[in-house]
Amino acid sequence: MSAPYVHPYVPNTAPEARAAMLAAVGAASVEDFYVDIPDALRLHRPLDLPPALVAEQDLVRHVSGLLDRNRPVAPGRSFLGSGTYHHHVPAVVDEVIGRSEFLTAYAGEPYEDHGRFQALFEYESLMAELLAMDVVTVPTYDSFQAASTALAMAGRITGRRTVLVVSDVLADRRSRVHDFVRSHLDLVDVPTRDGVADLTAVQAALDGGVAAIWVETPSRTGAVETALAALAEAAHAVGAVVVVSTDPICYGVLTPPSEQGADIVCGDLQSLGLHAHYGGAHGGFLAVHDDPRFVMELPSRLFGLATTDVPGEYGFGDVAYERTSFAVREEGKEWVGTAAALWGIAAGVYLALHGPRGMAELGETILARTRYAQQRLAALPGVVAGDDAVHFREFTVALPVDPADVVRRLATQGFAAGVPLDDHRLLVCVTEVNTADDIDALVAAVADALTEEHR
Amino acid sequence: MSLPVAAKPALRRFHQARWDEPVIFELTAAGERGVVPSQVEPGVRDSVGDVLAGLPDGLRRTAPPALPELGQLRVLKHYLRLSQENLGADLNVDVGQGTCTMKYSPKVNDRLAAHASLLDLHPLQDPADAQGILEIIWRTQRMLAEISGMDEVGLHTQGGSAAIWTNIAMIRAWFEARGEAEQRTEVITTIFSHPSNAATAKAAGYDVITIYPDADGYPDIEAFRRALSPRTAAIMVTNPEDTGIYNPRIAEWVELAHSVGALASYDQANANGILGITRARDAGFDVCHFNLHKTFGTPHGSGGPGAGANGVAAHLAPFLPRPLVVRDEDGTFRLDDDRPLSIGKVAPFYGVVPNIVRAYAWIRALGAEGLRAVAETAVLNNNYLMARVLAIPGASAPYATGRRRIEQVRYSWQDLFTDTGITSEELGVRASDYGMHYWTSHHPYVVPQPFTLEPTESYSMAELDEYADVLAQVAREARETPDVVRTAPHNQTVHHTHHDDLDDPARWATSWRAYQRKYGSGT
Repeated sequence: MSAPYVHPYVPNTAPEARAAMLAAVGAASVEDFYVDIPDALRLHRPLDLPPALVAEQDLVRHVSGLLDRNRPVAPGRSFLGSGTYHHHVPAVVDEVIGRSEFLTAYAGEPYEDHGRFQALFEYESLMAELLAMDVVTVPTYDSFQAASTALAMAGRITGRRTVLVVSDVLADRRSRVHDFVRSHLDLVDVPTRDGVADLTAVQAALDGGVAAIWVETPSRTGAVETALAALAEAAHAVGAVVVVSTDPICYGVLTPPSEQGADIVCGDLQSLGLHAHYGGAHGGFLAVHDDPRFVMELPSRLFGLATTDVPGEYGFGDVAYERTSFAVREEGKEWVGTAAALWGIAAGVYLALHGPRGMAELGETILARTRYAQQRLAALPGVVAGDDAVHFREFTVALPVDPADVVRRLATQGFAAGVPLDDHRLLVCVTEVNTADDIDALVAAVADALTEEHR
Repeated sequence: MSLPVAAKPALRRFHQARWDEPVIFELTAAGERGVVPSQVEPGVRDSVGDVLAGLPDGLRRTAPPALPELGQLRVLKHYLRLSQENLGADLNVDVGQGTCTMKYSPKVNDRLAAHASLLDLHPLQDPADAQGILEIIWRTQRMLAEISGMDEVGLHTQGGSAAIWTNIAMIRAWFEARGEAEQRTEVITTIFSHPSNAATAKAAGYDVITIYPDADGYPDIEAFRRALSPRTAAIMVTNPEDTGIYNPRIAEWVELAHSVGALASYDQANANGILGITRARDAGFDVCHFNLHKTFGTPHGSGGPGAGANGVAAHLAPFLPRPLVVRDEDGTFRLDDDRPLSIGKVAPFYGVVPNIVRAYAWIRALGAEGLRAVAETAVLNNNYLMARVLAIPGASAPYATGRRRIEQVRYSWQDLFTDTGITSEELGVRASDYGMHYWTSHHPYVVPQPFTLEPTESYSMAELDEYADVLAQVAREARETPDVVRTAPHNQTVHHTHHDDLDDPARWATSWRAYQRKYGSGT
């Protein structure tokens, strides 16, 4: 017996239970169970770890003490985006996903875990309405994986190798996608014009070797693609698949990509009810039309409605399970595993709370405040708007000074002013948590900084 | 009847909640609202005008999304009712989800993960403002390096399979850097390793060779020798395997792989029984992964987010995903993004931060002696439960007969099936009527009529007894009242569900929207 204490997480460290169980199985000690592990592989010393904090009070003091060193900028004063966004999280969302029954469940059957199946079917269904597409899977890891899979699906469906990247996509996302698909697909960038796809250049680049065009809207600079219908028409004319990566939070007001020709729509769920969490709360969604050519290429689980022995009862189960790696290992589509189901439940609750009117108002607020911040910043002397595109939530401004200097200066005043993209451009993110007062304060602080920097 | 209350029956009279709750779209009440977002201020509207009217042609959504309209309490109530219709690990004796290590996720860790300084911390804030969480990430990396024996650890991934993918992505980059990518086209795994080892290798472009067990249930080393060649890029194996059998010749496997120039990748999803007992690097592995949501006590979230950890020996460290959290000599923590050989990003930012905090707190609450107690107790619990299960007529544990297992066992109801025609799936559904759950196995069913139990360290002797009693009862019913088993479940939210529609593209209903399109407004 090597444990000097009875640990509250490990009931059978109680000496009485331990002795009784060893006796029941006829073992002299737990060493009997490890006979298959050769002595040469045994660790003959204790692990070199910091001392245990068994008393909960000590643990809380230690971990809280570390976390207290974080200095988060108040969300209203943070204009940071670029992949993680500050949106208001309704209390009901946290309440639901904090429930033990959801938080600690895993992979029960549709009987004892009926609630999980229904909540995730409803997530799929609520997203399906927002995106105007019939098929949305149980979430994948994040938008990086969602875009990777969407493009890999396009490669499998078409048997072709080329992906035309027609938008300014988030660089980190592109890095992940590249490493994921590079055994099967080549990413070819088509430079954008004025923040959005260059339709003429895309048309010129499309040929019978193109598996997909990859549109990102809003783009990494928040530019909304306005030529999606024309891009899709051109892509479809050569048999290419149209993949759109996006943020679902804009579709209370913007036309969903499926209505402009998108075949696969993918993106992140973080905006729909998840805290920033230092970038650690991301989930990915994948949506397709109800076309077996596409559905059968999806790697993720997909819950569908079923009848039961009792009329009026909703049952649930896995749609087309045989496509998954759970069913057929490497013969399945990519793989499926633990991903982001709880975040999907959160997104479902978020959409159910907002309803059509809430999502429309939220979209309008973000569009209006984005435009307001863009106008006010661009009105400062020497500041120029990055482009003339329509922007949702993010935009760039070119500053007459190094934006990193401005960011540093504003940090001392409690602002996170944005993300410097290069020597001149600052990427600014505005959501509904940034009020007009917050924006006015930012603009005043930037104005002061520019004046100071010019001295 | 008067007091005293009669004694309880031997088995719990469980019934799952049954709220008969409609699908949320059916609850809609026109005009109701669950939340009101922050509204456009008059000053903003004066400045920018009507932004919706100003959108270019075709960009403004014409028909609003057909989301339900519900008051806040009704939304809350709906989801709370659904939650009650779900058997989380906090309520279940969750030993039936073998390979998944359903242990207790301490409540205090949930509170720490939701610390106010973390919820609104943006990942692109200056690292100087994030020293607390960066230190926790760094310390977790170092503790997992010690637990695995590896030199460096990355915590970027969201789940175990994503971490396995990261392993093969690093291996692929390693051979590219050495100019051997063209030659190394094959990955070898074993049938009792998690299917994601095979599936991620295939997704990375490799051909997969799968080794089956020998007569004793150990991975067949002669078949393995024949499979190895200069084409081999890596072996990707679990140990102990999903049978709970530890491959005693694992170091020899690694040496054989190395002898043909291949790398050895260790899926440590089953590490719970060997914490502090034996380490990946000590067996010679080049790379390994852990599931923080299995071994290190973070909750499973109804299927994620989990969190993965990738451990690598020094020669693979340059290939880890970027950025890596490092500590400078002055004790400050920063993000090292200048890693030219890195496979790049595998996920947004720095990993599943709430779960990294939970795993850190879990390890700190236990310490070295506690981790060893976890492993030893998980193994004791497993062997105790095995003795109880094997005493049930019709149950067996194929392979390595009479030998001990590590932390789980893949059992078989084949004998019971031969006697009664009742399948393992049917027995599992019936077991749920007693408030228990079990899982059969990944496919293919190499072990016939399988069920896989992993008791972890979290359950008391009394709970293990209760679980075994339920299995014994269900097996007895299969012989004595088989119709009760075949028509199960009886005590669940819903009854026997018909799966045929789920495989027919013309009939499947993948969303409420698709259901309405295919079947009108319902039935």
